Amino acid sequence: MKYSPDQYVYLEWGWGEINATLIFTWLIMALLVGGSWLISRRLSSTTDISSWQNFLEVIVKGINDHIEEVTHRDPRPFLPLIGTFFLFILVSNILSILPFFQPPTGSLSTTAAYALVVFVAVPVYGLRSQSLASYLKQYIRPTPFMLPFNILGDVTRTFALAVRLYGNVMSSTVIILVLMVIVPLVIPVIMQLLGLLTGVIQAYIFALLAAVYIATAMKKTEDETNNSIQGGSS
Amino acid sequence: MTSLDIIGFGSVLGAGLAIGFGAIGAAIGEGMAAAAALRSMAQQPDQTSTFTRTMFVSMAMIESTSIYAFVIAMILIFANPIWNHAVKASGG
Repeated sequence: MKYSPDQYVYLEWGWGEINATLIFTWLIMALLVGGSWLISRRLSSTTDISSWQNFLEVIVKGINDHIEEVTHRDPRPFLPLIGTFFLFILVSNILSILPFFQPPTGSLSTTAAYALVVFVAVPVYGLRSQSLASYLKQYIRPTPFMLPFNILGDVTRTFALAVRLYGNVMSSTVIILVLMVIVPLVIPVIMQLLGLLTGVIQAYIFALLAAVYIATAMKKTEDETNNSIQGGSS
Repeated sequence: MTSLDIIGFGSVLGAGLAIGFGAIGAAIGEGMAAAAALRSMAQQPDQTSTFTRTMFVSMAMIESTSIYAFVIAMILIFANPIWNHAVKASGG
């Protein structure tokens, strides 16, 4: 049974192979980049705007507002990373209802790569906003006794981020495959609807968790230093 | 039973137990989270969007434990390293 897009190998030579994960990742990249390039070629700042530009503005504004709500910070430095995660995973999960489309997020290699990007982005954003000493001091907060647990938490949450997205997308694929064997008529459609719902929620959750993880590593804002109850680790 | 039979039996049984028991905790936890969120929404309907967002995030966190159980079950059935080793060792 083929339950992972890694198992559909189209081209193979030596140590490398081109499988469905790569193909569909490139397809989604082409779709997103090409689509936004086509739309953003003729941008206008007057009130007379095309409906596609309006559509993109709604998406970007929505992501911006959500990041600001979650992190209580200026969303502009977050937008490129968080927005890309959200849009890519969203498009990948939504397109999974198309026949013959293998969602690349249903492969552990894809989601592990994304989680590693978040893992690297946390210290990068953190060190950009505060000094190395104050960044490292976060690890001995509230007491130095917590140091091993804080380090362990960094690793396990990266693992959890990868496995959560992979498990959700892969499980909906597997459930549909199993149902196709038992009751192939209508029931798989209902499960696909459920898969669409969880796919959209997982895209939202991945982006949101990435934003929260990055925000906790950054310098405390006025708001947070005043009420220091907010732990922020999750 | 040969050792291969025992390994296969144990893997399938273990996969079923893993997902069955793994789902219990997450199901109870998600039910409690949903109940708490609904109660808060009934008390403070103005804050519904905040509650919904927080509930989704916490539910994803709670759910991840049962997702781990599911992944373990999938590994036991489809990519079991001990099974592969036993098949190779028995020359099959």
